[in-house]
Amino acid sequence: MTNHYIDFRNADVILNMGGNVAENHPVSFKWIQAAKDKGAIFIHVDPRFTRTSTKADIFVRLRSGTDIAFLGGMIKYILDNNLYDEFYVKNYTNASFIVNPKYGFDDGLFSGYDPNKRVYDKSTWALEKDENGIPKRDMSLQDPRCVFQLLKKHYSRYTPEKVTEITGTPTDDLLKVYKAYSSTGAPDKAGTVLYAMGWCQHTVGVQNIRAMSIIQTLLSNMGIAGGGINALRGESNVQGSTDAGLLFHIWPAYLPTPQAHLATLVDYNKTTPASKDPRSVNWWKNRPKYVASYLKSVFGEKANKENDFGYGWMPKLDTGQDASWLNLFDEMYKGTFTGFFAWGMNPACSGAHSGKVRQAMTKLDWMVNVNVFDSETGSFWKGPGMDPKKIKTEVFQLPCAASMEKEGSISNSGRWMQWRYKASNPPGEAKPDGDIIYDLFKKVRALYEKDKGALPAPILSLKWDYETSGHFDIHKVAKEINGYFLEDIPEHPADKKAYKKGTLLPSFVFLLDDGRTSCGSWIYSASYTEAGNMAARRKKTDPTGLGLYPEWSWCWPVNRRIIYNRASVDLEGNPRDLKRPLLKWDAEGKKWIGDVPDNAVPPMGTTGAFPFIMKPDGVASLFGPGLNDGPFPEHYEPLECPIEKNLMSNQRISPVIKIFEGGLDKFTTCDPKYPFVCTTYRVTEHWQTGVLTRWLPWLIEAEPQMFCEMSLELAKLRGINNGDRVIVQTSRGKLEAVAIVTSRFKPFNIAGQTVHQIGIPWHFGWLHPKDGGESANLLTPTVGDPNTMIPESKAFMANVSRLTKQPSAQPAKKATKS
Amino acid sequence: MKITRRTFLKVSGATAAGTVMGGLGFDLSPAEVYAQELRIKGAKETTTICCYCSVGCGIIVHTDAKGKVINAEGDPDHPISEGALCAKGASSYQIAVNENRLQKVLYRAPYSSAWKEVKWEWALEKIAANIKKSRDASFMEKNAKGQVVNRTNGIASVGSAALDNEECWLYSKFLRSLGLIYIEHQARI
Repeated sequence: MTNHYIDFRNADVILNMGGNVAENHPVSFKWIQAAKDKGAIFIHVDPRFTRTSTKADIFVRLRSGTDIAFLGGMIKYILDNNLYDEFYVKNYTNASFIVNPKYGFDDGLFSGYDPNKRVYDKSTWALEKDENGIPKRDMSLQDPRCVFQLLKKHYSRYTPEKVTEITGTPTDDLLKVYKAYSSTGAPDKAGTVLYAMGWCQHTVGVQNIRAMSIIQTLLSNMGIAGGGINALRGESNVQGSTDAGLLFHIWPAYLPTPQAHLATLVDYNKTTPASKDPRSVNWWKNRPKYVASYLKSVFGEKANKENDFGYGWMPKLDTGQDASWLNLFDEMYKGTFTGFFAWGMNPACSGAHSGKVRQAMTKLDWMVNVNVFDSETGSFWKGPGMDPKKIKTEVFQLPCAASMEKEGSISNSGRWMQWRYKASNPPGEAKPDGDIIYDLFKKVRALYEKDKGALPAPILSLKWDYETSGHFDIHKVAKEINGYFLEDIPEHPADKKAYKKGTLLPSFVFLLDDGRTSCGSWIYSASYTEAGNMAARRKKTDPTGLGLYPEWSWCWPVNRRIIYNRASVDLEGNPRDLKRPLLKWDAEGKKWIGDVPDNAVPPMGTTGAFPFIMKPDGVASLFGPGLNDGPFPEHYEPLECPIEKNLMSNQRISPVIKIFEGGLDKFTTCDPKYPFVCTTYRVTEHWQTGVLTRWLPWLIEAEPQMFCEMSLELAKLRGINNGDRVIVQTSRGKLEAVAIVTSRFKPFNIAGQTVHQIGIPWHFGWLHPKDGGESANLLTPTVGDPNTMIPESKAFMANVSRLTKQPSAQPAKKATKS
Repeated sequence: MKITRRTFLKVSGATAAGTVMGGLGFDLSPAEVYAQELRIKGAKETTTICCYCSVGCGIIVHTDAKGKVINAEGDPDHPISEGALCAKGASSYQIAVNENRLQKVLYRAPYSSAWKEVKWEWALEKIAANIKKSRDASFMEKNAKGQVVNRTNGIASVGSAALDNEECWLYSKFLRSLGLIYIEHQARI
């Protein structure tokens, strides 16, 4: 999130799209209610009527996978009716920037497409620069090659009628949403968007969010109280685990994983984002300090200038290599790996095309599974269709402590890092994950000390001294992440003050690239300082009155509660919204008052800088030349879709998605065997694959088994009654479910054709409870977004039919949902 | 005085002794309050943050004199949740007190049909030996182009958003020191 949960209350209009906030983030709904109590309009856009919809002032339906068409129509509406914030668009976005004359778009394809490789050469999308390397601009926004005019041209095709044909949303409903939301384009109005996996899990996932980002910047809703782009996110610490670099492409704090052609640290640092515009802060220019300090936290005293701080020891990707989830399991299926850790995860149910994932695990020599409860992953070898006698995989199932049985911090979606204390001991021999990792590495190192093997240096040189009195000490890791001064610094370049060796860094502003500082994750620097553990703070002061609570826990970066907050002021530093002043420049005191400013430079009208400091150009990108699938979001159908032709162009599906072929990977489009759009979702009482909820008696009683929701019309068509057992099937797998026949789903009219949609939760699995049903991911396809490779679990084609033989073991009374 | 749920309980608990409930404007069954106070009377309070979704609601965990969890409920002082919890958060007591929790290290030998209970020491040593064997066998110093890559191609990892920040960071460091590049977790899916 750019903003945070309490900030919902500051909005005039709230749009929840690609999510179901009332059921999946229930407690946060109190802040939507708080906004509504003050007169805010709450809009829900979703294929299905949910508990969120019941509280919405405006609820409209759309077919799964058509969000870009819906939002593209809103962009056109805002531009056609001059509802954008002209000051903001001119000063804080790249609307005035001039695009390369070779840029073009024709019939669903952007310029530079290579149909054989299915990739774009992005050079024609570049922004033009003058002789000094500064972007060329036309502040009148009239140049036909300026971003603003190209944006207008691109979305001129997204007429309400066309959008209705694609989405199935009646035109009146579209216009209701467009009108209400675009009212927030006034500087004293705030509109916020809350989304979740309903936007991410598509082959156009990133561009769904990009489309909304364009709307948010046109309407001056970024960097303000009550605005922002807010990913609700599904796991208590998925923000923190991402920040920690537990993804193939990033080291902690979003430092890119080095690739093979970057042989030395000098090569790596040459890729540091650069800007020649004196008004662009380009914060990433500091990256060399963050990298050197990270390597110091990894290798300690063994990292020095002479050995590139150990850069050479760190594993490198081949140039352009994608080692993300779907590729990982594809490689596992092909037998690439002998060993595998499934640590606090249940991929046998959470991975798209779980049938393939389960087969892949049979190819391993060994697997380590760490969890609080048994799962379909740890026990995969005795699952349905498996013959243990034929499965070689050696499995270690390690019992770990639950969250209240250990100490440490987690970061919520609003980037609040909150400290948790230990309430009780874990049961039996279970241990905290940290202790297990710590001890396991010591065992590995002991083996390499004895018998060197392959490149022992990174293992033998690793800084691994996080213990007190012989026991693992989580505080020492927290401090390592914050970072230290490693030498006495008599006069620090940042503030000319003296700092002592061994003291904790006040913040990342003090990081150096010469080995005199260490920092495990620069964005977390300032979280654990000489003043103490900031994440543990519980003081409820609220000086701005906006609910920022700056002394409750801690928030990255540097306790800034709303990112890009200098976009909330005018060129003189005065708040543009006097009702919700987030920041104000104190000209006499020469300082900002309010939230922690996004860089403390003076206002733009004086000697200051652009507000979007993480972007090299300093402004928000209406035109985004860096993504793999185009600088503007464009509607494409999901890989599996119900219509033969994309009504927007001749490119039915995204032209750059990776198609996994052969083996167990199968796809169907417009196949009468799989005629219905299917989507996956969650219920309030369960979480993820259910490992932490299916074993809890209260929760499993409330939601005991797999179900399939469908409309009254579809049920009639298929002869299904409410409560019947049904089979839901795709070309990849099938599962049994209880039919919930409900008016929450309704058929769509897509270009004159009736399209039915069904929905299934994904919390179940064969292990427990015994009659609970199987994972929805047995049905989902191996295909991902071309930028992130997040799987397309929200739109695929399925069939549903009544199970003719109703098994007597299934008590019918459990199926009385309505 | 602003009446929060916590002060309300204190006030109403006191009035249960027999006086009228002055100033609160409505009545709450004193008996219910009395019963609730009894269950956690004398218990130790520990604050935590909910382990389910990413709203980050505050929870107070109550433990008895033996350190056993006896209750978990919303933290009324928490500015986001203000004492509220959803069905999952309100059930988190049952994570701590649950007979189905994994309590032993379990091992499944190749081609075996059953788990076997083993000791931590034995398991960690065997896992470490497996890591070394897989790493040494699959380690690539240079790729096909002759570029130094120093990576372990034969081991992959997924996990985890279920770990604390410090554990995530430590795990990331551990995996990269081994040379892994196939490092993924919940954020990708």
